[in-house]
Amino acid sequence: MSSTTTIPREKLVGKRIRRREDPRMITGTARYVDDIKLPEMLYAAIVRSPHAAANLRSIDTSKAAAFPGVVAVYTGKDLKDVGGVVCGVDLPGLRKPHHNVIAIDRVYLVGHAVAVVVATDRYVAADAAELVEVGYEVLQGVADPEKALAAGAPAVHPQWPDNIAFKFEQKGGDIDAAFAEADVVCKQRMTSQRMVANPMETRGCIAHWHAADRKMTFYTSTQIPHLARTILAGMLGLEENRFRLIAPDVGGGFGCKLNVYAEEAVVCFVAMKLGRPVKWIETRRENFLTTIQGRGHVDFWEIAAKRDGTILGVKVKIIQDLGAYHQLLTPAIPTLSVLMMPGLYNTRSIHAEIVGVFTNCVPTDAVRGAGRPEATYGIERMVDILAAELKMDPAEIRFKNFVKADQFPFATATGLNYDSGDYATTFHKALNMIGYQQLREEQAAARKEGRLVGIGISTYGEICAMGPSPAVAAGGWESATVKVEPSGKVTILTGISPHGQGEETTFAQVAGDELGVPIDDILVLHGDTAIVQYGIGTFGSRGTAVGGTALYLALQDIKEKVVRWGSMLLESNDVRFEDGLCIDNATGNSVSFQKVAGAAYRAKKIPAHSEPGLVATRFWEPGNFTYPFGAHIIHSEVDPQTGQVEIKRYVLVDDIGNILNPMLVDGQLHGGASWGLGQALWEHALYDDNAQLVTGEFMDYTIARASTMPWLESAHTCTPSPVNPLGVKGVGEAGTIGSTPAMVNSVIDALSPLGIKHVDMPLTPEKLWQLISTHSEVGK
Amino acid sequence: MTQSISVTINGKSYKHDVEPRLLLVHYLREVAGLTGTHIGCETSLCGACTVEVNGRAIKSCAMFAVQADGASILTVEGLADAVGKLHRIQEGFWNEHGLQCGFCTPGMLMVSKQILDRNPAPTETEIREGLDGNLCRCTGYQHIVKAVQAAAKAGV
Repeated sequence: MSSTTTIPREKLVGKRIRRREDPRMITGTARYVDDIKLPEMLYAAIVRSPHAAANLRSIDTSKAAAFPGVVAVYTGKDLKDVGGVVCGVDLPGLRKPHHNVIAIDRVYLVGHAVAVVVATDRYVAADAAELVEVGYEVLQGVADPEKALAAGAPAVHPQWPDNIAFKFEQKGGDIDAAFAEADVVCKQRMTSQRMVANPMETRGCIAHWHAADRKMTFYTSTQIPHLARTILAGMLGLEENRFRLIAPDVGGGFGCKLNVYAEEAVVCFVAMKLGRPVKWIETRRENFLTTIQGRGHVDFWEIAAKRDGTILGVKVKIIQDLGAYHQLLTPAIPTLSVLMMPGLYNTRSIHAEIVGVFTNCVPTDAVRGAGRPEATYGIERMVDILAAELKMDPAEIRFKNFVKADQFPFATATGLNYDSGDYATTFHKALNMIGYQQLREEQAAARKEGRLVGIGISTYGEICAMGPSPAVAAGGWESATVKVEPSGKVTILTGISPHGQGEETTFAQVAGDELGVPIDDILVLHGDTAIVQYGIGTFGSRGTAVGGTALYLALQDIKEKVVRWGSMLLESNDVRFEDGLCIDNATGNSVSFQKVAGAAYRAKKIPAHSEPGLVATRFWEPGNFTYPFGAHIIHSEVDPQTGQVEIKRYVLVDDIGNILNPMLVDGQLHGGASWGLGQALWEHALYDDNAQLVTGEFMDYTIARASTMPWLESAHTCTPSPVNPLGVKGVGEAGTIGSTPAMVNSVIDALSPLGIKHVDMPLTPEKLWQLISTHSEVGK
Repeated sequence: MTQSISVTINGKSYKHDVEPRLLLVHYLREVAGLTGTHIGCETSLCGACTVEVNGRAIKSCAMFAVQADGASILTVEGLADAVGKLHRIQEGFWNEHGLQCGFCTPGMLMVSKQILDRNPAPTETEIREGLDGNLCRCTGYQHIVKAVQAAAKAGV
């Protein structure tokens, strides 16, 4: 014990602290699934259908099975007892096709698995997969969801000839009155094209069956270790507690690894059959074909307003391209679009209809933003279209309709309760940063010279911190354990599963501040179901807001215990815990956190109503979502000779509540913006009329490159969230959601002197050049 | 049918009999056991597998191991010095948050080193052009650009 004068520690939260996960990643010693090699390991290759729709007439595996090095070949019939791929969504009347992990009598999309070949070497497995002879009776498939709805369209699933998986409707306020009262109604059909998540690490897994113990060890590149374990154990009839799932370093997810895929069950099955570890690594081509994609909307929007720009009501009809079957969350994604459709505006009446349509394409599901980018794009385009119709400035019409700062918490017409915000302040900041008025003047001058200069605004909101359990199929809470070891070192076990977000760092910052220990004394573990208590995972911008809150609460429990032990050691009942010390308020005597930890484990004496050890676990159920928002403004110019879009400036001001580490926040926003620009300008999972993916490689499918990204001028405002004690909101998807409408609005603004009012994404040079050519003399 | 090759990787000699069709990246990862070099596409489009062969950055999924016979190869594992002191490129990426999931990072580090080897004081545009053959889905590249700038500065 010592008498101490404490010097307040410098807080870790809010600092630009470099990441603690980086040393292994910059030295090539991180461990991703494909880096793991087990003794006696075999390699699997999947034989896939080249047709989008076909009956399987025959499969001859004999040549493949006889190929030197091949250990086994299995077809759908061998795996018929493995449970179907799981969809965790229930909607009234939802049609759920059974999805065999390997097709048995029919294939529904290009890339559909028809057999698995297992060999001693990955080259041999690939060679032998070519030798499997499949007899297909080719049927006509359908890729376009509008065509799939038309009478006489090929039925994706013969039992449902209309190709409709579900219909959904939601109303709020009095939409008929709103439209009756309106001075102006604008309508626009617009699409949010399918996009491919494309994490740089494809999917992959290794199954290792320990027959004597009935135990499975399964490594997989996933965002949801515990949920994946529950689902896979269920599909395979295995015991959940004997199924250890490990998500090692995961090379990006973006929603596409918020899923459980057929191949994961196949690899487990094969490993159990053969009694040897089996690895499967998805090729990039397979990733394009068989990993879930995002978006896939055809939307019909209507907006009703008064002459002065006041928005009265918004309608949307969404045609959601679901693909051939449902993956984990497929049908739920467009319902998020409905929730988000009012945007940041005080819109009292809404009407939304969704029709979910089967097509012979890979399923859509949650990809970065998941339903919210489509809605934000829609409402932000409609506000611009309305402004143009009313000849109002797009900034002015936004200010006019914002939910005001004194209206929070704000109940939306879609049933949400926005937690906090000050939209006008954030928007003002962005306008000032880009010098909006002057830019408009420069634009007017440029237009006189015939130049196509645009200024595009997006004032976006989003729904983060997924979420209250009634709104999330598997539960939306999160868990954390804080284990203080006898030495006073701190181990954190979190139920989230970071794969780039950096919680090994930010959670250590939070714990360091709460416990007053050096950041180097803290270790954050995740992604191993044998180590970590049950958790939900990382998606929906929830890691910090939900997982971080569970951690914060567990830390409070630890502090309470520390004070109890410290009081005993100091023989005082007036003790505070501050900066890593228990301090007797009367005498100033103190005992360190580390000494308390040791005492708690040696337990020579135990405080009343206490027990040995210093561990706390909390499961936190969020009372609400959080609602980050922001303003993105893009200044662009379109070259009429080439149709090329040049981004001259990109200003983004995002309000994500409190910030734990500004450097990591900027990283999330930059990455998000590269996605949103990708959707606006470049990316398109394009299927032809035979449902063949035309853009199925990086050669054809364009994502952002270093040379095509602008410099992002990023700033923040801060309205802390009242939903959680950290006051954080979430940032993983903000950049993606905010950027797309700003980019498209900017290009449409540039083209507006030509009379162009809307162009569907992606705004490729070819498409713009043709439009410019047909709309003016400029391009000729 | 196999063919014997000898290579030097990160200063260490290796000799193996390999199939002529074995890609260099698979040789590095599966035969030499150096898994720091990653495979993102197997079609030379993403750059995750970038390594240096005889001082030139190449995509190791687009080269056969037998083509590297006799060559001196540098991979991400060889960037830090013998006592573990990080290369200024590694420091730059760490300090500037030039990585998130880390999967493209080994390739990014190798191509960044090459950019600075060829041009010690590149402009932002030159850095972006130099990085163009390497894809990253996490960062939006801005912090990677800053990392290369920081490394350039540290090399002065």
